[in-house]
Amino acid sequence: MSNALILLMGFGFWGAAWGLNIAVAGSAFGRTRTGRIFMPLLFGLTLLVLWEALVRALGVPPVILPAPSAIAAKFASSTDVLWADFVQTAVKGALSGFVIGCSAAFVTAILCDRVPFLRAGLLPIGNFVAALPIVGLAPILVMWFGFGWQSKAAVVVAMVFFPMLINVVAGLQASERMQRDLMATWGASYTQALWKLRLPAAMPFIFNGLKISASLALIGAIVAEYFGSPVVGMGFRISTAVGVLNIELVWAEIAVAALAGSALYGVIAIVERGVTFWHPSQRG
Amino acid sequence: MRRVGPIFAVLAALLALWYLAAIWMNATWVYDQAQRSGVEVTLAELIPAAMAQDRPLLPPPHQVAAKLWEGVTAQAITSKRSLIYHGFITFRGTMAGFALGILLGVGLAMAIVRFRVVDKSVMPWAIISQTIPIVAIAPMILVVANQLGIQGREVPKAIIASYLSFFPVLVSMVKGLRAPDQMQLDLLKTWGASEGETFRKLRLPASMPYFFASLKVAVAAALVGTIVGELPTGAVEGLGARMLLGSQYGEPLITWAALFASAILAGALILAVGLVERLAAVKMGVRA
Repeated sequence: MSNALILLMGFGFWGAAWGLNIAVAGSAFGRTRTGRIFMPLLFGLTLLVLWEALVRALGVPPVILPAPSAIAAKFASSTDVLWADFVQTAVKGALSGFVIGCSAAFVTAILCDRVPFLRAGLLPIGNFVAALPIVGLAPILVMWFGFGWQSKAAVVVAMVFFPMLINVVAGLQASERMQRDLMATWGASYTQALWKLRLPAAMPFIFNGLKISASLALIGAIVAEYFGSPVVGMGFRISTAVGVLNIELVWAEIAVAALAGSALYGVIAIVERGVTFWHPSQRG
Repeated sequence: MRRVGPIFAVLAALLALWYLAAIWMNATWVYDQAQRSGVEVTLAELIPAAMAQDRPLLPPPHQVAAKLWEGVTAQAITSKRSLIYHGFITFRGTMAGFALGILLGVGLAMAIVRFRVVDKSVMPWAIISQTIPIVAIAPMILVVANQLGIQGREVPKAIIASYLSFFPVLVSMVKGLRAPDQMQLDLLKTWGASEGETFRKLRLPASMPYFFASLKVAVAAALVGTIVGELPTGAVEGLGARMLLGSQYGEPLITWAALFASAILAGALILAVGLVERLAAVKMGVRA
């Protein structure tokens, strides 16, 4: 096929898909659950087709941008490497750090809630620290905890702690004065009020914190690997593969990172839907 | 005083904790040295020895402050050793990414609010884009920019920074542009306002509080993005490059000084955005 024809087909597909999406958006099907999933999927597919067509038609060298088909082929042929990297970085580094960091933040938030003095002192600091580039701690923590996954988990803990903390503290304030007074008139103890009223009311905030932390966790684990790692891991693989211009492998690794990040986010979103079914943002 | 009292107390506690940790972590080195030369170390000797090492595991706060001060004042600000010089490089990258992020976020938000099909098909991808760790793509962006003949790291850094900073702007602007309620929209319709007029006179002003609220998050995100863009190998300028340099040459003080310089930069940026927000609020007639 000539290049012009490939290009034409690519843009043709784009136009057709766009038209179909407009039609779906205006139809009754667009309001169903399937329709809401169908439209972004078609858009994503369009991007891939356009990418493939452009790379093929314009003869873009694979060193700059490999075609999606080439990346998929690389992905399929190196699943064992990708899996080992995924376990090292996403499971050992990011997930363990995510769990430790979020639990620590949760405990600290409860502590802040019990001791108003601590809240008044720690919260403004936490708000400020949450905006700092904590990722810069990576070289120091790698120096402390070595090249293994422990240092990656430590970076993740440092990154997710403060965003999580401020969200949980804000969430614990979310129940209304009247509701808390009602609990008091029923003679509820602190723990009872916490379990029955304030933690459920805090859930939208807690899940917001978890979502923010989920994307930070993978960033932290990958950045930490740029400062030293064993010869396995997503960050390690990316930096070495870039060095030898094995660009397809880099993109396959990026695809793994994207899948891992989206999966973690998706799991949190699904649990959120189950837990905070009463919240306006989950209804309708 | 009632409000800053607890903050100072917590800060002082953190500082004390830091000193204790510094003594504890640096003690190993002191003991090793003493054992090698066959002398006993008392606690009174240990503390000053742990406080003044060239390559401490954890430098005590005053050592970091001294290094920071040295980095700012000890040489001309155009020197490659000056933290002001590197801070300015990072600041420039942050601003470029911030501006790009605002443009992208506002533009996309306008398209999403105007066209239902964009909302339905693009918005989910905007959310997914944030779950993809940008740092995985960062080295890739550098390579591609290099292959395309773009010299230096300004452009790739700005792209990485805008990737992180466009999202908060987008989410807030979508919310803000949809903030006017049906009654207000109907009123403009009865006045025969065109779509452009409705946008200019109702939707845009209504979205401003949301816009400014998102800017603080966006500027912090842009700074993180810029520093991440400076981290992968090869960077020579910027605060991120200083952190990397300190790590590679085993000079933890350089890393710590760069880390605190970036924290100060972040604080200044957030403060500046807050100031702009307040000025804009006054200008638009919002009463506090």
